[in-house]
Order: sequence, then C-alpha cells, then structure tokens
Amino acid sequence: MATTTPLAGTASGPPPATAGRPAGRPARQPRRSLLPYLLLAPAIVLELAIHVIPMLVGAWMSLLELTQFHIRDWSGAPFVGLDNYRVVLDVNTAAGADLLRSFRVTVVYTVLSVGLSWVLGTTAAVLLQRPFRGRAVLRALFLTPYALPVYTAVITWTFLFQRDTGLVNHVLVDQLNLLDEPPFWLIGDNSFVALLVVSIWRTWPFAFLCVMAGLQNIPDEFYEAAAMDGAGFWRRLRSVTLPMLRPVNLVLLLVLFLWTFNDFNTPYVLFGGSAPAEADLISLHIYRSSFQTWDFGSGSAMSVALLLFLLVVTAGYLLLTNRRRNDA
Amino acid sequence: MRETAAERWSRRIVLTLLTGFVLVPLYVMVSSAIKPLQDVQGPFTWWPRRPTLQAFVDMWSTVPLGRYLLNSLLVASVAAVFSVAVAIFAAYAVSRYRFRGRQIFSVTVLSTQMFPGILFLLPLFLIYVNLGNATGIALYASRTGLIVTYLTFSLPFSIWMLVGYFDSIPRGLDEAAQVDGAGPLRTLFQVVLPAAVPGVVAVTVYAFMTAWGEVLFASVLTNEDSRTLAVGLQGYATQFNVYWNQVMAASLVVSVPVVAGFLALQRYFVAGLTAGAVK
Repeated sequence: MATTTPLAGTASGPPPATAGRPAGRPARQPRRSLLPYLLLAPAIVLELAIHVIPMLVGAWMSLLELTQFHIRDWSGAPFVGLDNYRVVLDVNTAAGADLLRSFRVTVVYTVLSVGLSWVLGTTAAVLLQRPFRGRAVLRALFLTPYALPVYTAVITWTFLFQRDTGLVNHVLVDQLNLLDEPPFWLIGDNSFVALLVVSIWRTWPFAFLCVMAGLQNIPDEFYEAAAMDGAGFWRRLRSVTLPMLRPVNLVLLLVLFLWTFNDFNTPYVLFGGSAPAEADLISLHIYRSSFQTWDFGSGSAMSVALLLFLLVVTAGYLLLTNRRRNDA
Repeated sequence: MRETAAERWSRRIVLTLLTGFVLVPLYVMVSSAIKPLQDVQGPFTWWPRRPTLQAFVDMWSTVPLGRYLLNSLLVASVAAVFSVAVAIFAAYAVSRYRFRGRQIFSVTVLSTQMFPGILFLLPLFLIYVNLGNATGIALYASRTGLIVTYLTFSLPFSIWMLVGYFDSIPRGLDEAAQVDGAGPLRTLFQVVLPAAVPGVVAVTVYAFMTAWGEVLFASVLTNEDSRTLAVGLQGYATQFNVYWNQVMAASLVVSVPVVAGFLALQRYFVAGLTAGAVK
C-alpha cells in the first residue's frame, strides 16, 4: 500500500489559508479533513445505489413469496421466512435437485476453465519473455479474445459448433476423419465441452495479460544468477519465475474464480438462453427460474445462497494464502 | 543466458498451437462475413469462393442495427466518462490521504466484484420498475438506467488501477505544487492527472469495453428502443433462418474499433496492472 509522507496530511486544507498566512507559523489543517470523504462520495453513493442496497433488497426478497402476482407492488408480497430456501436447497424436491446439478456443473466448469486458462496464460507469457522477431504481433494477437466483446466472440463460436455448417465438425469429420457422424455440440453431453472451450478461449488472454505484467517485475539479474548456477529452463521456472509471480497469481486466480463461477454471458449467448442440463451454469439457472417462471422469491434465495458460498470460499482462500505467506 | 535449441523449438511449437487456437475463430468471423448467404448455410468451407460485401449492406435492414449501435455507443461512452471521473476522485483520495475507513473502502469496493450479477439484477430490476411507477423517473428500459448501472461495473477495477498509477507519481511533485499555493484539487488537475494520462486512458478503455460487452443486464433492463448490441445481435437468428454472414459482418463492425483501441493502449494497461498488482 501507499506510504504517505507527513506532509500529505497537510495537503487537505483550503488553499487560501496556506497562501494567505504569514510565514511565521504554517497553517494547521483540521486533523480530520472532510476532503477525502467528499472525493469518495460519488463512488460510495453509486456503489450503495447499484450494488449494496439492491443486494439488501435481494436478501429481503428471498424471504417473500414474490411471484408474478406481486411484482407490481411487492411490498404486499406475503412473508414466508426461510421457505424459499427450504424449497430450493432441498435436494429431494425437483427445484433442489436441479440447483444441485447446476452447482456441480458450475464447480467442474470453474475448476477446469480457470486451471487451463491459467496454464495457457502463464505458458504464453513465459514464452514471450525473451525478445524475438514477431513477439509484439503475437502479444497483440493473444490479447484479442479479451478485447473482443463477449457476445461477438461467443456468437462466432456458436457458428463454429453448428452441426451441419460449422468448422468443428468439418475438421473432425471431413478433414481428419476422426468421426463418422457429425456430433451435436450445443445439445447433450458435448455441450459442456463446447462451453468449456469457449470459456477458455475468452479467459486465458486475461491470465496472459496479468502474468505478463507480473513478469516485468522480475529483475534480469535473477535469471542471470540462476543461469550462472547452471539452472535450466524448468529449474528457472520453478525457482525464480513462479515464486516471483506468487503475488500476481494469488489475485489472478481469485478474480478468475469469481468471474468464471458467476459467468452468465457464455452459456446465455452460446445456447440462446436455455442451456442443456449438462452445461446449465448456476447464473443462467437462476436467471431462467426467475425471469421465465417469474418466481423472484426463490430466485433471490438461490442468489443469496450463491453469494454465501462465494464468501466462504473467498474468505477461506484469503486466510489460507495469508497464513502461508506469513509462514514463509 | 543462452537459449538451447530444444527450448527454441518447443517455444515455436507451443506458440504456433496457441496462435491457431486464437486465430481460427477470428478468421472464421472475417471469412464468413464475406460469403453469400447460401455458402454459410451449406457445408463449411475454409476459403470464401464467391466473396461479396452484400452482408455488410443487408445487415442494417435485417435488424435495426443502426439503432442498437447508437444505443451502445451512447451508453458505453457516457458510462465510461462518468465512471472514470468518479474513479479519479476516489483514487486520488485513497492514494494521497490517510483517513478513517480508507482500508474498509478499498476492500468493500473490490469485493463488489465478487457479487454474482444475478443477485442484484433481480432487485435492481424491481427497484427501477417500481421507481418508475411511483415517481415517473424512467430508469427501467431507458438508456439512463443502463448508464447508471454500467458506470458502477467498471468502477472498482478503475479505482484500483488508478490508485496504483497515482501512487507511482512522486509525492515531491504534489509538494512542489503546494508550496506554490495550489490546493488539493488544483494539485490533482494540474500535477497528478497530467502525469497519469496513460493510466486514465487505459481505464477509460476498460470502462468502455465493460459497458460495450455487457449482456445480462442489457437483456433485462432494456426494451426494443433502448436495446444495445449485446442483445440486438441475437436478432439475426429468426425462427426459420440464421443469417450467419450478416451476424459475422455485424460482429466484425462492432468488434474492430474496440479491439483496435484496446490493442493500441494495451501497453498502458499492462503498466497499470503492474502498478496495481505488485503492492
């Protein structure tokens, strides 16, 4: 975090006081200046209005029976306590079983997508560390999927995965002769694979970007010293690069986890709103059960449960990584 | 430090594979955009046999692409400008002042990144609808509502990146300005901001990209008049037909400016990330 010089504290006063006072005694600023709070006010108001208050409202909504009959005037919706939670979290009901399946799919999806994206991003960044001809071009090319708007990227993949007219089946069936029959990619078992490929394609460039930024902080001398000691590529990677990347990776993996777990865009655009069960991520599942059946009460209950899960995982992760950092 | 031949060759092979993975969809986007409709509806071909720009003409009338484009431009630029302005003030406070709640603010703002969008989408939707019914302030289905929503999305990351940038600007400059009698706001505008231009530009691009690419809120908080590209492009798929060549042509048109802008500024982006992530 920033180090603040003692002088910075005095910067907060009104300018005329400093300018107009005789040189004898410097103007004493009020110890608790209002200025930083005024500077923060717009950000705080906006975050409150769009994130915090709606979240609290959402938590309240999860305790109501909020169906299409009560949407116009939802203060009149009956209070049902934890009933919504009981229904959506009970795996013996259809809704609960659906949610559990969707949760499982999301966990596997997140682990694979984040893991593989991280491996690809790190590989590319490490390989681009050494200057060579064409490096700048590759760097720009690798960042393109990240810069591309989500929907154009995913729509293009939808086209690639079309059964009769798509590139994927053309290559697999016609060119490589790996399969006799063109499979469906956007329904059935394969849809999970399709979803994962699209997700990795869009995610790994961000990992690449962050790791690249992190690599710039490793002084060349470290590598020179390692080379002097006779360390080969893998040894340098294990003993210099990865340990030095640790702070970047800690943040990167957490951010990727949260983004991927909450991912809505990829399945929504890829499958057109109603994903096959094999690829029904939790955000899409909640969206569908809220806006298609207009049951906002249980939709909110699922959202709150999801948030609690993410909070616990994040807190656990931070505690674990912090403790290990302190041990080191 | 010499590179061995084995290292050089593995690097070439891996980078070629990655290039292929990235490039193929991009190539398909471009090549399909210049195919006639029959060709994209038939078996896939790598090479466009009868290249035509017809899709770039037709795409404007199949769906009201012009209106979607205008909506997206308006929403994304206004949201980006306001978001960056708000972020500049907040980042200046966090970077230059020690105040009670500074740590809490930083943590809270970053943790909003964690919320599942779906969690506040439902309440926000109901708040906008009810506010409209009660007071006549139309936020639901309006571009204003979308702008206000989007400008908070890029805020946490923008603040975080700008704090890193501001921290890297020597305090000595601030102090020199203060000795000359500049107040805090003049110091911000005349000393800190000019030195942080690359960071501000990078954050603006990020905020624009965030709003330009958002799908979930756009699909719920807009109607036909306020619809953005994110939802509008799905209109090329009708019940009977998908105009793939026009989808690709339109995708190309809405992607190229954003991608070009990002790539032109990615150097600053990396610098901002480095400044922010290292601490």
